[in-house]
Amino acid sequence: MAEDPVAIEVTVNGAARRDWVTPRLLLSDFLRHRLGLTGTHVGCEHGVCGACTVRVGGRPARACLMFAVQADGEEVQTVEGLAGEHGLTALQRALHEAHGLQCGFCTPGILIAAGDLLERRPNASRAEIEAMLSGQICRCTGYKAIVDAIERVAGA
Amino acid sequence: MLRVEDEALLRGRGRFLDDLDPVPGAHQAAILRSTHAHARVRRLDVEAARHHPGVTGVLTGAEVQAASRPFPAACDSPIPYYAAAAEVTRFVGEPLAVVVATDRYLAEDALELIEVDYEPLDPVLDPHVATLVTERDFVYGEPDGAFAAAAVTVSGHFRFPAWTGLPMECYAVVADWASGEDRLTAWSNFQGPFTLHSVAAAALQLPGSRLRLITPPHSGGSFGIKSGVFVYVVLLGLASRKLRVPVRWTEDRLEHLAASQAATIRTTDIAGAFAADGELLGVRIDAIDDVGAYVRAPEPATMFRMHSALAGAYRVRNLALRARVVLTNRCPSGLNRGFGGPQHYLPLEGLMALAARRLQIDPLELARRNLVRELPYRTPSGGLYCTGDFAACLDDAERLVRYQDRLRERDRAHAQGRLVGVGLACVVEPSISNMGYVTLVEDEETRARSLPKSGNAEGATLTINPLGGISVQVSTTPQGQGHATVVAQVVADVFGVTPGDVTVVTETDTAQSAWTIASGNYSSRFSGAGVGAVIGAAGAVAEKLRAIAGAQLDADPAEVELRDGQARLRSDPDAAISLRRLAGMAHWNPDGLPTGMDPGLAATVYYSAPEVTPARDNDISASSENGFVVDIAVVEVDRETGRVSVLDYVSVHDAGRLLNPLLAEGQVLGGFAHGFGSAMQERTAYGPGGELLTATLKDYLCPTAADIPDVRTAHRETPSPLTPLGARGLGEGTTMSAPAALHNAVLDALGRDAPVPLPLTPANVWELLR
Repeated sequence: MAEDPVAIEVTVNGAARRDWVTPRLLLSDFLRHRLGLTGTHVGCEHGVCGACTVRVGGRPARACLMFAVQADGEEVQTVEGLAGEHGLTALQRALHEAHGLQCGFCTPGILIAAGDLLERRPNASRAEIEAMLSGQICRCTGYKAIVDAIERVAGA
Repeated sequence: MLRVEDEALLRGRGRFLDDLDPVPGAHQAAILRSTHAHARVRRLDVEAARHHPGVTGVLTGAEVQAASRPFPAACDSPIPYYAAAAEVTRFVGEPLAVVVATDRYLAEDALELIEVDYEPLDPVLDPHVATLVTERDFVYGEPDGAFAAAAVTVSGHFRFPAWTGLPMECYAVVADWASGEDRLTAWSNFQGPFTLHSVAAAALQLPGSRLRLITPPHSGGSFGIKSGVFVYVVLLGLASRKLRVPVRWTEDRLEHLAASQAATIRTTDIAGAFAADGELLGVRIDAIDDVGAYVRAPEPATMFRMHSALAGAYRVRNLALRARVVLTNRCPSGLNRGFGGPQHYLPLEGLMALAARRLQIDPLELARRNLVRELPYRTPSGGLYCTGDFAACLDDAERLVRYQDRLRERDRAHAQGRLVGVGLACVVEPSISNMGYVTLVEDEETRARSLPKSGNAEGATLTINPLGGISVQVSTTPQGQGHATVVAQVVADVFGVTPGDVTVVTETDTAQSAWTIASGNYSSRFSGAGVGAVIGAAGAVAEKLRAIAGAQLDADPAEVELRDGQARLRSDPDAAISLRRLAGMAHWNPDGLPTGMDPGLAATVYYSAPEVTPARDNDISASSENGFVVDIAVVEVDRETGRVSVLDYVSVHDAGRLLNPLLAEGQVLGGFAHGFGSAMQERTAYGPGGELLTATLKDYLCPTAADIPDVRTAHRETPSPLTPLGARGLGEGTTMSAPAALHNAVLDALGRDAPVPLPLTPANVWELLR
């Protein structure tokens, strides 16, 4: 039956995770409720707000628009995998210093999406940053402090 | 100081309610919602759903109404309001039944098996023909005389459209009804006001002590809207009671856009009587608030929140207000950032812009001639503007925007056929609401039959543990504003320690926290009332520490200062005891405390703001403090498309002393984003049959980073004598001012003599250009 669980193996933040999931289980629900990685937030479940953005196979993806089975065999990175033993990343520190987060609900998605932009475009311009951010909704800050923070890292 | 909240949030270790399992074994709920704006429910068949695999059970609207009382509100309503509809449904998205299952996916499957037989009824969406809930007339001074004496009368019809706060995190509730005890424990991302705890308890017919409401460490924004989650505390509580399992529910975005809480839609006819020199002699306001399908507490409060600032920043004393509140077949309204302010200032400041055109007086000059000049100033309707210099703020804004240059640029652009405009808004921003203002809905005689109301108090508890660590618990239910940072900062100052030495607990638990009916996070009350309670509790414990140290050091406690983690003598800094040792002494040896001192190093203190009294006749001081905001917008309208671009925007505030300038800037820019969105692009749209047209974020257009223009801010910090640290609220001012300033700029760009309909979307503006 289509609802029968299937086995998947996903490498999440560097660690192999095996589980049985029903084919319709969303990747966002798999990460949050099966793996307990609740840093990936769900803001709309239709791919617009960007809060659930994670990396799948190195590229940003909306975890609410993917099924967990689609991540089988893939590498997934979530917000929990960003900070290392040396503490926060430069982008996390910049958001802190620029007051680029208030409630923090959209922040994980922004960290992933902005991290991807800076990897592809290390010297991204303000306009490029704003264009990337237009896929991530923040309702608290009015965005300026977020753009400032990302620009600070891009200019570093 | 940077925020203490950030580390956990940046690491993805926030603790939002959907991240938590506060009670083991909770089942998952999904809610069946009305697809009609107005319909009789002929039949609701839940049998198939009830027997679906994994389903625990179903609670119907009829069962909800049998098991609960209607939610009380400040005025009688012809239509009782329950947590779910039974015989008649009155808005799209209204709950009809709750399915509870072992898993959310199964609960949603079962929803599809419920059969509903609707008999559609005519929906009412026009406030002018809608059911009238209440009507009151207010007159101050002699408005008739003012209009008779006027050289020029200016009027306009304004509508503040439907929009919503749209936090990124939706509602969430976990409800655990203790069978046999009649006791409900509910976790929810509620934001207050805690009056709504009483409203929920009344609906459940529980004494307040049997409704234990707990908020999680983090809440993903609210902007007022999460006040409305109390409806679901009741709904899920009843589901838990019936099915005898803990029940959890996290709202999805479609549910949120359809049915959480709307901003009040206000239709205003406003008229101003002006002397030839521009003096505003009188104002008449005829306002209708559309609160949606039911009067949901704290409505009809939107109508009265700005009542003591009826004339805004102007000294006119002849005022008339006709206030009507009506019901339509839309989502019920409630708190929303600015609450009544955007709806009030769009017509008032719009009137000033129209008058400036008619009188051919520059808008800044017209404002300057009419601004309140000498503070303190008692408004005609009972408010107090305590300190500040309104004209100086206007001067600051004029300089900051380079006003004369902007006018020249505008005129040059006009000569080239381009549509550039400049718009002004002057806004009095109330903070620390007096909950008594909602009683203005009643006449004096009716009001006298119930308790006088001036609720505004806040509580806080400060504790020092045996090792000298300081903990503070507040009931201000923050959703991102950085309350923990400010509390750590002010408490550290009192005890002479670093903010890192202070642990701030922002989870509120009605069974444990120090709260009052007015607690919560609204009306920009934290910096005054919340901090007031914290300062009080810190001061009480610090005084105790000084007394203990004084006894130990054989000195007058007044000689003891708390600095660098020590209590020491001002005259002899070497005579010192560490805070840790003092705490240990107090905990371990009550016998050694100074004679007469109670043991324990803790204090719970409540703070109530000055200048907050119950309504008298038609007068109310609706808030303790009033700040001042001046915004100037420069826009260009594209002739071909109607698109409005913001070329420059300045916002000048007098919010008193800024407790944390970084957080203050965040509040101003965030408040602007809300005001900008409501003015420019957001709208909750309904079709002619009341069907919701904006059910996703692709239809409800929240501003993105590419939409929001740069805003230049400045502050004039006149300390408030009414709050403990001289601060005024500032979280809502720009949400109130931005729609008016942007409207007035577009009005100027188009050279119109009648208001421009909001939102200022290309389609709406283009219609006017045709």
